This record gives sequence, structure tokens and C-alpha cells, in this order.
Amino acid sequence: MGTESSSNQARPQCASVAEVHATAETVAPRSVRELFLAFSWLALQGFGGVLAVAQRELVEKKRWLTREEFTQEWAVAQIMPGPNVINMAIVLGARHFGWRGALASVAGMLTVPMLIVCSLVSLYGQIDHHPAVAGALRGMAAVSAGLITATGIKLIAGLRGNVLGPLACLLLGGLCFVAMAWMRLPLAWVLLALGAAGMALAWRRLEP
Amino acid sequence: MISLTPIDWLQLLLHFGMLSLLGVGGAITTLPEMHRYLVDRQQWLLDGQFNVSVALAQASPGPNILFVALMGWHVGLNAGGGWLAPLGALLTLAGIMVPSSLLMYATGQWLHRHRQMRLIRAFKQGLAPTVIGLLIATGTIMATAGAATPGQWPVWLIAAVATLLVWRTRLHILWLLGAGAICGAFFLA
Repeated sequence: MGTESSSNQARPQCASVAEVHATAETVAPRSVRELFLAFSWLALQGFGGVLAVAQRELVEKKRWLTREEFTQEWAVAQIMPGPNVINMAIVLGARHFGWRGALASVAGMLTVPMLIVCSLVSLYGQIDHHPAVAGALRGMAAVSAGLITATGIKLIAGLRGNVLGPLACLLLGGLCFVAMAWMRLPLAWVLLALGAAGMALAWRRLEP
Repeated sequence: MISLTPIDWLQLLLHFGMLSLLGVGGAITTLPEMHRYLVDRQQWLLDGQFNVSVALAQASPGPNILFVALMGWHVGLNAGGGWLAPLGALLTLAGIMVPSSLLMYATGQWLHRHRQMRLIRAFKQGLAPTVIGLLIATGTIMATAGAATPGQWPVWLIAAVATLLVWRTRLHILWLLGAGAICGAFFLA
């Protein structure tokens, strides 16, 4: 698999090769080490979920993915079993460095946060009766809710080239919002129904 | 205090391995099943420990999936503590991570190799708007989770201001989280 991916896909080992393979909008990660460090740094900023940070780091700062690619990879990561951010890390790592890349990305995402959360749980017994601590946690949770909402709003820009067209995109996105946030339907059903509808429509519009 | 045999530890690993492949839309969707298994059936975990595992993982940096590791940690603590706590954490995390990751790896590589296929392009583009709607819904649900609780409006305000700042500015996320923590310590305590 390693040799195959090096022949048909950007698999740069140094910066100059990366520039050759990268498109105008994106660059490729330079090494397995860079993947590990980037995902560690990304995970450490992600309180109450990593998605918002992932969009900012992978799309806006590192430029490893465009907004459009991010949304599409996210759709795959979401529909597969497993934590979506981890799935995303696997896909991105594997694309550039095969199984080593996937392993480095996941290890980056989990190692340091795991050490922190285990230390926190040991400390928790001593601080959980402080109301200020509980308040601070609620404040941070509110900010991370805002982060996720804003990430969704930003990704709308990536729909511009979508074959579905603006009207169908608005309809599907809006229905999903209503079904989840308002009617509180189970995620699996919403994804299945709206995903299938969007896919059928996209299939018809894409020329064979 | 409980005692776990090696077979019990293996069962713990395998049970989370099974849940790994069922957790479409995130492992959080299998939370009810984890509660049924760990708290009700095996009685390896107390109700309070179960809830603390979820809350702490959400409040600390990193993917939310770490709540699974904390459940294993607590099982280890109940089984005698010491090195059993990290062992439990590693077992549950490995169980929940490995099967879904292998599946994602294989699928991801296959999708990439056939990315020009009409079906795969339709799949990715057709799902994109739904996924964006899902994100905005998730943020809204998180911000309005305790909507019935009195004094919830500062939470909405903080979430709304954070949304605007992340959307319109390039302010670093850690600054926003710090400001949220300070506001929360004063106004939400």
C-alpha cells in the first residue's frame, strides 16, 4: 500500500516535494512527526470537542485541506462508526503517509489529552465542591458550543462549488437543523434520510 | 470494592470493541448501552462515577471519546486501584478505538483510490449540507441544554458572543475559552 500511494499520490518527504504536489490552495504535511505534533496541538485546544479547532488548524492555519474538502471528509468521518475527529485524523494521516501517518495522527490526538484527563480525574475529588470551578466549566462549555456553531457557519462557504446548488443545500441543511435541534430526532435516522436524499440528487446532477 | 478476573478484563475490552462498531455518529450514541453494561449488569461502576467520567472528559482538552478511558479508570479504581486504574483506562480506550479505526482506515484508503467514481462524488457532495446543518444544530443543542434552568441566559450570551467572535475574527480559541472560564466562575457559579 505504501508504494502504491507514493506513485499516485502526494507523499512528500521534504518541503520541496510537498510544494510540487500541493495545489494552489493547499499544502501537504511534511512528515509523520509534523502530523503527530499538529494533532497534539489541535487536541490540546479542543475543550468540549475538537471539531471547531480542527477546522481552524487544518483548513485556516496548516492549509492541509480546503473548506470544501474538510466538509466532505467530515461527512465520511461522521457516517462511519467511531469518533468523528479521530476518523478524520486517520483519513488525513493515511492519505499522506499510509498507516504510519494514520497512527501518528491518532496518537497525537490521544496521548497527551489522555494523560491530562487521568490526572484531572485524580484531582477532581478535591475540587468538585468549589462552585467557581463548576461555573468556569459551564462557561467553557458555552464557549465550545459557540465554537461549533461558528464552525458550521464558516463551512457554508465551502458549499459554493457543490453540485446540489444553493437551494437544495439550504433545504437539506435547514431540515437537518430542524430535525436535530428542534425535533430531537435520532442522529442515525436523520443522517440516513437526508444523506440518502442529498446523495440521490447529487448522483443525478453529476455527469457519468 | 469489586474484584475482576482476567476473563472479566477481557470481557471489558471485547464489549467496548463491539460498541466501537455500533457508534455511528460518535461513541456518545452508545452511552445508554455502556450504562446498562457497566452500571446495571456488571455493577463495576457507580452511577456517580459514570456521570463524572462523561462530564470531566467534556471539560478537559482532547476528543470527547476520552470519557470511555475514564470509565475504565474508575473500573480499575473500584477493582483495587494502583496500576489497575491505568490498565482499565487503556483497555476501554483500545476497545472503543481499534475496530472503528481499522474500518475507517480501510474505507478511507478505498474511497481515496476511487475518488473519481460518480457514486463516491455523489456521496461526499450530497452529504455536505446535511453535515453542516448537523454542526450548527450540535452547537445550538449544547448552548441550550439546560434551557429550563433559571439563570441560563448568561450561557446563551457567552455562546452567542463566542459564535460571533469565532466566525468574524481570527482570535485564538484559547483566549475565548479562558474568557469563558472567567465569566463562568463569576456569573455561572
